[in-house]
Amino acid sequence: MSLPIEKLEEEFQAKIDAGHSIEPKDWMPEKYRKTHIRQISQHAHSEIVGMLPEGNWITRTPSLRRKVALLAKVQDEAGHGLYLYSAAETLGISRDELFEQLHSGKAKYSSIFNYPTLSWADIGAIGWLVDGAAIINQVMLTRTSYGPYARAMVRICKEESFHQRQGYEIMLTLCRGTEVQKQMAQDSLNRWWWPSLMMFGPVDAESTHTEQSMKWKIKRKTNDELRQQFIDITVPQADFLGITVPDPDLKWNEEKGQYDFGAIDWDEFWQVVKGNGPCNKERLDTRRQAFEEGAWVREAALAYAEKKEKAKDLAKAV
Amino acid sequence: MKESLYQYLLLLGDNAMILGHRLSELCGHGPSLETDIALTNISLDLFGQVRNYFQYAAEVKDDQEKTTEDKIAFLRYPHEYRNVLLVEQPNKDFAFVIARQFFFDAYHLLLLKELCKSKDEQINAIANKSIKEVKYHLRFSSEWLKRLGDGTAESHDKMQAAVNYLYPYVGELPSESPIEKEMKEAGIGPDLGVLRTAYFAQIKSTLAEATLETPQFFGFHSGGKKGVHSEHHGFILSNLQYMQRTYPEMEW
Repeated sequence: MSLPIEKLEEEFQAKIDAGHSIEPKDWMPEKYRKTHIRQISQHAHSEIVGMLPEGNWITRTPSLRRKVALLAKVQDEAGHGLYLYSAAETLGISRDELFEQLHSGKAKYSSIFNYPTLSWADIGAIGWLVDGAAIINQVMLTRTSYGPYARAMVRICKEESFHQRQGYEIMLTLCRGTEVQKQMAQDSLNRWWWPSLMMFGPVDAESTHTEQSMKWKIKRKTNDELRQQFIDITVPQADFLGITVPDPDLKWNEEKGQYDFGAIDWDEFWQVVKGNGPCNKERLDTRRQAFEEGAWVREAALAYAEKKEKAKDLAKAV
Repeated sequence: MKESLYQYLLLLGDNAMILGHRLSELCGHGPSLETDIALTNISLDLFGQVRNYFQYAAEVKDDQEKTTEDKIAFLRYPHEYRNVLLVEQPNKDFAFVIARQFFFDAYHLLLLKELCKSKDEQINAIANKSIKEVKYHLRFSSEWLKRLGDGTAESHDKMQAAVNYLYPYVGELPSESPIEKEMKEAGIGPDLGVLRTAYFAQIKSTLAEATLETPQFFGFHSGGKKGVHSEHHGFILSNLQYMQRTYPEMEW
């Protein structure tokens, strides 16, 4: 006899409250499943779209050492995409369907990747700021309630913190270099600072998903809490580099023990989310093109595998 | 002799660097995530080998200007690059990428097997380290050659077209240049004449397994080993050298 849905939901919530993880075969509310597909795939898409702005500099790295490090980093992102798509697949959706959602614009990815990489310093700034902001979100997600997602995040976080240090080291080298290099680093911080703060999403009062996500322990801290945490960690790092955070209202608040900061341009944020950022169209076109141009390759691989399978069966029959 | 050894190291390193560069252009654009990761992996291995060769070349050079791996990689004139024309060929489609890779890997593995016996200790050590990677590269490219050759009618045609287009570039790999002759005589490099036979035999048998025709011999394009390159080469260098040329004399 099956339990009434209310009872199942109650037990489900009790499990989450007790800190147990939810596994693919466990019963879960449809909304929990959908929320996870949305969030995990958004994360996976961010990894693979995120390969593009950094990939833009792979052929132009200033040294062989940096070339190898950047290739390895972008490759790690492809690997993260792979684990995350696999985690999403445990919820009953295929990778092709997820790609379809990305290509049609139905699924989102982190808006930060719609900004262009204009100088080598941007590779440093992305590692330092973008990976830095991502880690703050992701460390929280290692304890998220859905097991496969939490486990993927543990692995991803280790690599991300390595990327973040690598990015900071690029910035440090620039800031200790010539005047031109230091200017390159400052210009890059000017362009990436505000978009990095926007990575934590809208302010709490306007965040539509936060409340439910907190209840299901998908999220354990609000957007504003996470953003504040990022600012408090990052500002001293900029000071150490000797470059200036482009916010005239930024100052240490002794009483609160944290930084006060200026207003974020939310119009810009929503414009980029809606598809009107500097590189939205280009990024999506690039992904679509890679997918479409790869169709005959994937078909061939499938046809070949089937042929081999048939040949094996035939050999067995004989 | 020192200068010849230096030139020989450029020849070995440049092939790996220019092919690694071509593969790195594909990072984020592969036909699937798995192939994207695999091609980047091959690019990474090749750049690792480049660093080994060029660090050693910088030692061999022993000049007043304090040559480094990066000066060798990024600050030579176009005619000083010694890579073969095959590795410069662009990523027209995935079939081209696979054909170019297979033609290079098959030669590369045969070459490294010989270099593992080199009298030069450093080259010997680099070859012994690289050979494990290159065995994997050849496995990857031959498997894909078969998958595409014997996959669908469309993939077969595309694969055959790529093989036909690139085949005239393979002859340069085992054609002995004066530097390679000198290295053979010094016991540092192999006899390319012997290697050549094995190379063409392998191409023929793998292409046959992939249900592909080995093209008729129409003469081979060459010039890269002497520093005479294709039109593509300048564009590769303008990317590769961009930072070092635009911001000279800086630490990165």
